[in-house]
Amino acid sequence: MNEQVRRMEDFQSELMELNLGPHHPSTHGVFRAVVELDGETVVNVTPHLGYLHRGYEKTCENKHYHQVIPLAERCDYMGASSNSLAFCLTVEKMLGVDVPERAQVIRVMFAELSRIFSHLFWLGTHAHDVGAMTPLFYNLREREEIMNLFELSAGGRLMPNYLRIGGVIQDLPEGFVERLRAFTEHFDRRVDEYETLLTKNVIYMDRTQGIGVLSLKDAIGLGASGPMIRGSGLAWDIRKTEPYCGYETYDFSVAVEKGCDAYSRYLVRIREMRESNRILKQTLEKLPGGPIRARQPGVVFPPQEEIYTKMESLIHHFMLVVEGLKAPVGEYYQCIESPRGELGCYLVSDGGPRPYRLKWRAPAFVNLESLAIMARGHLFADLIAILSSVDIVLAEVDR
Amino acid sequence: MNQEAIKDRLTAKFGQDAVLDTTVFRDQLSVTVIKDKIREICRFLRDEPDLFFDFLSFVGGVDKHPQTPRFEIVYQLNSSRHKHRFRIKTRVEETADGLASIDSVVGVWATADWHERETAEMYGITFKDHPDPRKLLLPEHWTVFPLRKDFPLEGTDDTPDLPPQKI
Repeated sequence: MNEQVRRMEDFQSELMELNLGPHHPSTHGVFRAVVELDGETVVNVTPHLGYLHRGYEKTCENKHYHQVIPLAERCDYMGASSNSLAFCLTVEKMLGVDVPERAQVIRVMFAELSRIFSHLFWLGTHAHDVGAMTPLFYNLREREEIMNLFELSAGGRLMPNYLRIGGVIQDLPEGFVERLRAFTEHFDRRVDEYETLLTKNVIYMDRTQGIGVLSLKDAIGLGASGPMIRGSGLAWDIRKTEPYCGYETYDFSVAVEKGCDAYSRYLVRIREMRESNRILKQTLEKLPGGPIRARQPGVVFPPQEEIYTKMESLIHHFMLVVEGLKAPVGEYYQCIESPRGELGCYLVSDGGPRPYRLKWRAPAFVNLESLAIMARGHLFADLIAILSSVDIVLAEVDR
Repeated sequence: MNQEAIKDRLTAKFGQDAVLDTTVFRDQLSVTVIKDKIREICRFLRDEPDLFFDFLSFVGGVDKHPQTPRFEIVYQLNSSRHKHRFRIKTRVEETADGLASIDSVVGVWATADWHERETAEMYGITFKDHPDPRKLLLPEHWTVFPLRKDFPLEGTDDTPDLPPQKI
């Protein structure tokens, strides 16, 4: 063997380190990973986080409880109402506030709309990552309808900031129910359309079946939740196991797949969109009359119209804005099923007007931990498919 | 299994001295256990068939400054089989010559990896035997611990965007 050939062999046995991100179209944000490659095969992935770290938890410790709501929505801007719901539920449990029936139903409405909203954008970008450009344009069409609904209710299109401690900020505007009903009536057919593009598409199946396998044992050990763990065969949905907002009164099923791969996660999310639509239809049937906020002076804002007409309401409103509410000393952990999984809020109160400690259990952050174990042994192109199958929102990963 | 029964299992196994404190707030129990046995306690909670806490929701820190011991480490547990939840905590204190330290539980739950790295960089707590003790979210060149209560919200001069230039 001459020297040149030997040198060639040395060269080929060396692993290559490739830097993916922080600005790469497939990372959907600023995510950076150092990928070790043997040829085109992934040997290891080391994520480097923190490019979007805003110090969310520190900021919350310095805000009044009501001021945390918009911050929470900015954590996961894809499922904004889910995030404010998790925070509001925690504070309400600490204070012992009972939310009126109508507000509960409206909250379920918004949580499920945000789930569809999030899954739609996930579907579009995920399909785009594996080479199917068309679905995104279909998904954005329906997403636009949901954004219009959000805009109608509270003004904000991406982050409506609609929930408040004790209920919601204002009643549903005129025309909202009719527009939502029109949406629920045609949405199932739209999901059929997405499925014709992908579910039996041979190229899509080849790109996702058997790719990014996460066994149930690994998924539990790594703390994966939401569609990640349901795609690995565990029928665990917090809406069923620990119902909040009256989810026990709705009829829906939990989507589970046993494939443990990216394709299973796709099927789970598609079915979840259909189930969410079922829940939305039930909220429309159920929607009772009555107040949209609890009445608890010093904790919950009084009704808007009373502020202009009643002295006490004006005083309560003023004091709540200036001094904030005071939660009793204690600690509480409340979790909900967000579009990405177990979204938890651990709140410690020292009796003051600000959270003493707020720990945000962000599902995207935890789910991303599984990336390395899923990607090892696959081709580099599959890493992109696997990363998008996790459904990360970098704002939530870094907080 | 209800939370009181889980706590009784803990005291039966590790003795009354292992549990330092128990608080109840709105039906949630917080059980403070001794720091030295944290790994055995976690392994016990995970492996017993009737407890089976195989899912760790998060590990987090709380700074109780100026109380001593200063820090609390919180472990929020969940069982995929029994669908019950439980929370244990432990207290750690800074020593005169260095940072507070506690055993890592990555060997018990793999998910603790990133949670512990985040807690370590935010509070300045060392997790012993952690497989990858690098910083996670903060820049490598920062020497401060931002989630401590004595760290100002607006930051200090010790938090530059770029590492100091070597001349």
